[in-house]
This record gives sequence, C-alpha cells and structure tokens, in this order.
Amino acid sequence: MALAGLFLLLFLPVHLAINFLLLKSDPDPFNRAAHFMATFPVVKIIEIVLFAALIIHFLSGIYLQIINWMARPVRYSVASRTETFFFSKFMIWTGAAVLTFLVIHFFNFYFIRLGLVEGNPEDFYSVAHDLFKIPEYNIIYLLCFILLGLHLFHAFSSAFQTLGLDNRIWKPVVDAVAWIYAIVIPAGFASISLILWLFR
Amino acid sequence: MKFTLKIWRQKNAEAKGAFVTYEIDDISPEMSFLEMLDALNKGLVEENKDPVAFDHDCREGICGSCGMYINGHPHGPVPAVTTCLLSMRHFRDGETITVEPWRAKPFPVIKDLMVDRSALDKIQTAGGFISVNTGSAPEANSILVKKHDADEAFNSGICIGCGACVAACKNASAMLFVSAKISQFALLPQGRIEAKERVRSMVEKMDDLGFGNCSNTGACEAECPKQIKLTNIARLKREFYKAL
Amino acid sequence: MEKLVSKIPEGPLAEKWTRYKANVKLVSPANKKKLEIIVVGTGVAGSGAASALGELGYNVKVFCYNDTPRRAHAIASQGGVNAAKNYQNDGDSVYRLFLDMIKGGDYRSREGNVYRAAEVSNQVIDHFTALGVPFARDYGGTLTTRSFGGVQVSRTFYAKGQTGQQCLLGAYSSLNRQIKKGTVTMYPRREMLDLVVIEGRARGIIVRNLITGKLERYGAHAVVLATGGYGTIFYLSTLAVHSNGSAAWKAHRRGALFANPSFIQIHPTSIPQLNEFQSKLTLMSESLRNDGRIWVPKAKSDKRPPNEIPEEERDYYLERRYPAFGNLVPRDIASRAAKERCDAGYGVGQTGLAVYLDFRDAIKKQGEKAIESKYGNLFDMYSTITGTDPYKEPMRIYPAGHYTMGGLWVDYELMTTIPGLYAIGESNFSDHGANRLGAASLMQIAADGYFILPNTIGNYLSDQIRVPKISTDGPEFGEAEKTVMEKLEKLVSIKGKQTATSFHKRLGKIMWDHCGMIRNKTGLTKALVMIDELEKEFWSDLSVPGTVDELNNELEKANRVSDFFELARLLVSDALAREESCGAHFREEYQTPDGEALRNDEKFAYVAAWEYAGEGKPHILHKEELTFENVEMKVRSYK
Repeated sequence: MALAGLFLLLFLPVHLAINFLLLKSDPDPFNRAAHFMATFPVVKIIEIVLFAALIIHFLSGIYLQIINWMARPVRYSVASRTETFFFSKFMIWTGAAVLTFLVIHFFNFYFIRLGLVEGNPEDFYSVAHDLFKIPEYNIIYLLCFILLGLHLFHAFSSAFQTLGLDNRIWKPVVDAVAWIYAIVIPAGFASISLILWLFR
Repeated sequence: MKFTLKIWRQKNAEAKGAFVTYEIDDISPEMSFLEMLDALNKGLVEENKDPVAFDHDCREGICGSCGMYINGHPHGPVPAVTTCLLSMRHFRDGETITVEPWRAKPFPVIKDLMVDRSALDKIQTAGGFISVNTGSAPEANSILVKKHDADEAFNSGICIGCGACVAACKNASAMLFVSAKISQFALLPQGRIEAKERVRSMVEKMDDLGFGNCSNTGACEAECPKQIKLTNIARLKREFYKAL
Repeated sequence: MEKLVSKIPEGPLAEKWTRYKANVKLVSPANKKKLEIIVVGTGVAGSGAASALGELGYNVKVFCYNDTPRRAHAIASQGGVNAAKNYQNDGDSVYRLFLDMIKGGDYRSREGNVYRAAEVSNQVIDHFTALGVPFARDYGGTLTTRSFGGVQVSRTFYAKGQTGQQCLLGAYSSLNRQIKKGTVTMYPRREMLDLVVIEGRARGIIVRNLITGKLERYGAHAVVLATGGYGTIFYLSTLAVHSNGSAAWKAHRRGALFANPSFIQIHPTSIPQLNEFQSKLTLMSESLRNDGRIWVPKAKSDKRPPNEIPEEERDYYLERRYPAFGNLVPRDIASRAAKERCDAGYGVGQTGLAVYLDFRDAIKKQGEKAIESKYGNLFDMYSTITGTDPYKEPMRIYPAGHYTMGGLWVDYELMTTIPGLYAIGESNFSDHGANRLGAASLMQIAADGYFILPNTIGNYLSDQIRVPKISTDGPEFGEAEKTVMEKLEKLVSIKGKQTATSFHKRLGKIMWDHCGMIRNKTGLTKALVMIDELEKEFWSDLSVPGTVDELNNELEKANRVSDFFELARLLVSDALAREESCGAHFREEYQTPDGEALRNDEKFAYVAAWEYAGEGKPHILHKEELTFENVEMKVRSYK
C-alpha cells in the first residue's frame, strides 16, 4: 500500500511539469512531450510499473478497507470526536474520487492514444484546451484536485510511518515535505485549469 | 450538577442492546465519572433494579480495567486520563452524556458497558515475553542498557492494556497496543534475541483475531490515557520488516 | 490444634535457606507432570508462582477475578523494589536489609523468614531485569537505585513511580509464556468462594464464573493463595475497589489460622476524601516527603487559603516533634501525627481531615524544573484528581489504609495450617511484622512467588505423587458448593433497601474510627457491638437485584462485604488482645509520656494466630513465640 502509493507520488510532479507546457501559446512543446511520454521505451516500462502500482494501491486499499470495516461491525452512535487530521479518516473516499477522475481522464486522453476513443493522439494540447473551456469540467477538475490534496496530506507522511520511519530528525522533515507536496502539486494542476478557464 | 445520561444497556452478549436515558442530580464536580455511575447504580439497586455493569478496579488509572466511550471519546473528553480519573468538572452542568461500550469485533459486549478484551491477552500470550526461566537470570548489572533505551522502553512499557486505542481507531486496530510491547522488548538487549519470532507471532495473532489495520490516523495516540506514541508503530513496522 | 511449628531450619541465620534447599525433598520431572497445582490470584506473587511452577513442569491452573491477570493490584505499587545488591557501595548487605525489615516491623516478624526474603531480593532484581522490566538506569547503562522509606542506604530499584506496574507486567509476561507452552491454564473472571479440604488436605476450590454466574469446581494436589490483602475493610483505602479478603477468609473458615489480623499499615500520604461517593483514596508516593514539608495552621480551624497563611503561623509538626527525621519519619508515625493534629482541630480542607504537603520551599530552592523531573507524574495525577495545582498551592493529604501485614499464618515453607494450602505475597503474614518497610512488598511478593514457593512446595508434593488426579465429584466438593450456593441464594433473597456498598462504607467507618490508626479498649469493645448490629441490619435490609446464575456485580460485592463483617470482628478482637503498641498497631493505653508507641516484648513478642472455632463461636488464639537470636530488640526512636 505504502510503497505503491509512494511510487504514484513520484509520477505526479512529472505530469505537472508537462502540464505547465499547456500554458504556452505554442502547442508544439506540449505535444512533443506527450509524444515522448507515449513512445520512449523506458517511459513505457515505467508506465507498466505505474499501472501496476496503481492497481496494487487500489486493490489493497479496498481490501484493507473491507477488513477495517469488518473490524467494527457495530458502529458508535456518537461519531468520533478524537482530534486527528480530519481527512485521514476518509482516505478511501478521497481515493475513490481521485480514481473516478482518473477514469474520466483516461477517456479524455489515454484511451485516445489506445484508439479506444476517437481523437487525435498527436494533439493532446488542443484536447486539453478544449476541455478547459467547459466550466463543468473545470469544476470537477478543481474539486478532484482538492480531494487529491487532502488524500496526499495524509498519504505522504503515513507512507513513511508505515515504512517504519520515526527518526527524530527526519520525521519533521518528512512531515514538512508532505505539507508542501500536498499543497504545491494539486495547486499546480489547479492553477493551470484556472488560468486556461478564466484567463484565456 | 445535573446530567442526562444516555447509556448503552445490553443484558448479555446475545441480547440486542439499546440506549436508556437516565436523569441524575446532585453530582459534585470533584466526583469521578465512575463515582457518578456509582451514584446512578446506588439509586437503581435501592429500587431493586439492575445496575449498569462496567469494568473497573484500581480507580487510580493504572490497572486498565475501566473504559467506556463517552461523547465520542474513549475515556471521555480529557486527554491522558482514564475513565476512573475523569472528573465531572469537565462536563457542563445539564449536559447530555452518551456512554457506549468499546466497539470492535474482537471486543464483544458482555453486558452493558463491559466488553471482553481477552483478545489483548491472546496477543501477549503469542509472544509478549522474554524466555527466561526463574533462576537462570544473569547478574542484573551484567546486562548494560543505554539510559535512553531503558527510558524509551519504560515509556512503551507503561501501556495499561485498556483497549482505548482499539476503541478510538476507526479501523479498530490494535497496532498501538501491540507496538508498545514490541517496542519495550525491541529496545532492550534482553529482548533482542527473540525479537523476530516475537513480532511475527504477535502480529499474526493480532490479524487472526480480527483487529483492523493501521492507517496512521493517530486517533490511538490522541486517546491513549498513557500517551503511548505513534513512533512505537513505526518501530513495530521496522521490526516486522526485519523479521520478514 | 497442635503447637504451631514454624519449621525454621536449624543453623546460622545466613545458612538456613541454603541448608533448607539442600535438604528439601524433590519431585522428579516425570512426576511433576502428573501433579496439579491451583494458584488463586495473579499479582506478582501469583503470576510469579504460576510461571515458576509451570517452568518446573507442574500442571498449573490460575484464577483471577479480573478480566485479565494483568489487572492485579500489585500494579499500583509505586515506590520500588528493595534489594541488597549494594551497587552503591554504601555499606548495604543482606544482613542490613534484614535488620531494617525486622526493625521496621517492630520486632514482630520471624528472623528466619525475613532473612530469607532479604537474601532472595538480589535474585528478584536479576530475574525482573532479565524479563525486560525497564528499571531506571544510569548513563553508563547500569541499574540505579534510590533511597526510600527512611533507611540509610540506597537500595530501592525503581521504574519511575510505576515500579509495581512494570514488575507485574514482567510477571504477566512470564505467565503468558507458560500459558503458550500449555503448562499453565488461565481462568480469568473467576472468584474463589470456597476451599475444598479432603481428609485434612487442601484439594480444590469452588469458584464462581463471574460472567455466567455458575459455580465451578477445580481440583488439584495443592492450592496456593496469592489473593492479596484485606485493606478494603476500611472501605476507603489505597487498594483497588474489588480487592477483598474473601479467599483468605474462606480458607480460614476451613481451618487455616489467621495471623496478626490487626496489623494494617496506614499510609500517611494519600489524597483525602473529597465527597461522600468517593470510592478510593489515591496514594501519593511516600517519596514526596523527601522534598515536601508537612504542616497545619497554628490556629484552630483556620480557613484561610494556605498561601495566605504566613510562615510564623504554620506548624511544621513533624519537624517540631521529630527533629532528627522530620518529614521522613516512618509511615505509622507520620500517619498518627496527622490524625492527632486533625483530631485536635487543626486539620485543613472542607472536612478538616487533611494536612498540607508543601513544595513551596523545595521549588524555591531547586526550581520548578527539578521538582517536575522528580515528581512530575505524581503532581499531574494530583491535579487531575483534585483540580488544584500542587506547584502553586500545597497538596492536601491524609492517611489511608494501605497494606495488611497480617494474613494467613504460614510456616517457613509458606504452607498454612491446612496441609497442601499455601499462602504467598500479601495474603500471608510472614515477613513484615507489625509494620512494613517501604519498597519491601514488591520484594517479598516476588520472592515468595518466584523463588520460595517453587522450592518449598516440592517438599509436600513429593509424598503426593501416588495420589491420582483429584476428582471434583466427591462429597467434599458437593458440600462446599452447596455451602456457597446457599449463601449466595440468601444474599439475593433478602430484597431489602440498602446497597452492599452502603454497608461496606458504614463498616469501613466503624473500623477506621475504632480500629484504625489509634485504638483503645473502649473504642474496640464498642466496635464489636457496632459490627454485630450492622451485620444484622445487612442480613435483613440488603438489596441485591438479579439472580445468582448471571453476571451480578452487586452479588459479588455483597458476598465480599458479608465476609468482611466476620473478618472485622477478628481484626478488632486481635487489636483488643494485643495490649501493647507496636508498629502500625497503636493502643492509646500503651504509649510513652510523649505519645510514642510502647511495646511490650515480655508479653507480646508473639504471632497471634487465630483459629476459627465455628459459626458464632469466639476464635481461639494460638501464640507463636518470636525469638530473636541475631538482633537486639530496641525501641524505635526518630527524635
């Protein structure tokens, strides 16, 4: 769970970096980057690992969640008032939201490349720009990234805890990085959506 | 002080329970939560009615017998305090207080607020010990332990086995409880010899008994009356990976 | 009953235990497997004995009334474990520890037993350390000790203020190891309600399953009681609220003599009673007296807040009366002095039954940090319970019933007067005389359980190897079960108006007022009448809802209280019969002109062992004379 999650975390900054190319008025750099990602053999291999990580993360998440639900067959009538990071209790739901977005995302882009959905795989720049013109799409996009951020808040430090890190020096660093990561990454994606939607 | 109590009443393990509401008056603020329940029970017994059953014994926060889920908190709203030391001055006069038993599959309700926590014993039996026969111990000072390690082992060893961590966890995980024992022994040279075997058997037993998994929400740490730290769980994980 | 034989081995004091072990009869490993032993109670003594016996290969069955063995009240012991390691190079030795215990017990304990406890103490520390008990350590990695209980050496091993918890959990872990191995079977939530004696030997017990309410029979070749003390006879005490004297009392009724019942230690520093529903007096460790100063206002019923009472209007009565030891006088003296001040009208707090324990000067001198590092957890506990901050305002403390030195009479082998019945830990009377030394209880209970009983029980069991597994179908089991059932049925059938707890409180008050820290003939005689009256009322107006054969907390309590009435009478009779003051037993009639205890060694240097003579009949006193060959009997002086 934690290892797969951490691997997924590595992918996000790469995707974000490429997405920033959308802000250029020239579609070429973005399309070339997208093409590179789609065709370069090493990236292809990483892609397979990435999908494996995604599936493992998804399946183990659901599996563990079912065990966890079974561990408390009778619920409390008063909801827990324990002070913890609120969304840490809703990882399955924020995770499900992110997954839903991924499915939409695949329909919009990845399946075009696979030829399952109609579209030009060599011009994702236009596909993206078209999508960001639809207000409903932007709202869903922003919402999903807020939820991703909430997922990441807990995910980052939780993964390190699961891997056994409790070092007195490194733990605060990990926690700080977790905060930065959980804000910067979703904010980056969201800013692209907002700029393209509202200012172009 | 005056309170409205909504207490879970359940005749026995098989019976279907329900909340029963009681009004109680003349509670002085320095009374403990259990003494408040004693007062309620006194009234019930005097009318020859069945008193509310709950586990308790030392009444000084060390035996780990007591524990109930009070207004959404195991051991009530005050941190680092067991139910027996929770004083009524922490509640508002006239407040409605909902009292439930610990809820977890491995902790079936026995009666009212009493639950069966023998699962915790089973985990300890699986490996929570150092194998040394009486009489075979070496001279105490022949085992040197760094002061820091000994202090840390103590900080983990003070777990009272009340089960509040399980009760607090949204997954009903016993990870904090198990990690406290694992940590205590992992930190001491005496305990290192069997460390791998110990963590394997205790974790396996914990999973078998139907406790949930740790998802690092930190609720256990926040509610632990002895303030056992989450770092114990990280240590348990490390010990577990080492034993793989 | 023949003369009491203590079976102290011959020879010089320091060689007795070694000689005993060298000559004791043994049971072969093959035969041990055939022998069954019942252990009742899972404190350090019970868990320790069960695990040590399991390690030896016996079949052990262990019982406790709690949901798990780890709840036993040894867990609440704070101070530490004494051992004669002399790690501090301060002149300590087994002999010195022995001497401190004999003196502390005011010369009312057996030399042989006490010396053995001191001797075994070193093994106790080795064993606990090996079990992973995290005792305090120095930076070099060695164990460190502290000075405790007003002795001149530093020999107390500790784990902050939770030594008992750590030792108990150590014992619990060794118990678990045997449970896993299958040598020990654990029966939690069972309360022993009778002892089964067959042909004069202890052969089993009747327990009530506290969940189902059903009575269960268990047989064994020997029965070991490790059921703790009966300090809850005062109702309010530092003990767990369910601690009780019933198991020992049942054994007593079946023929085991009860020794020195009136020797109960009153601990001077507990949080005083705050309200009428209070169920418990929480101990504030004695170590606080190292830095706290005890005082009351010089003026009677001075209701000013403590910080507004100027220095010259404060009476530091311990420092005044005992300039040499000051606030560090032994527990019994500190307790009586507090009572004396409060009775004279100088007490503080709402009830006037409290004195101040003030850290103002210590904080001024050493700084708040230093005080916090020493007593932080105790200060937190105090403010949690009382809601006042001891860093800013003095603590209010008052004495509370704490430890019972008295208990079942046992010989050197820890066997009671019923063959095959052993009593270990606080449930026996053996090592603390009339007053227990601080940090000597963990030491003694661990010594009894881990090291002494496993060596002595073989001497009895070696003749039992041909005795087949004890059947629980015999008439003796039937009779015992019937006796228990009849009593339980009687308790639920009264259908009166008052709770068992309310009777317990009233009994406790009688005992506290007349048989507590200070006793006199008039009060004790009056107490006997009051106990009888209250007992009559109990049997006519008790309310126990529910039935016998279900989980019934009220029935459990009522049954314990009913036994306490009988024990209370014996306790008072013992206090009446002992016409001297010694240790924790202070008879007003026997004091020096300046109010100190006046011992009478000529007439009372004996163990008072009482025999149960039957329902309603007075107990019969047997005396075990105490002889002191190795120490000179002195008058304690702390001036």
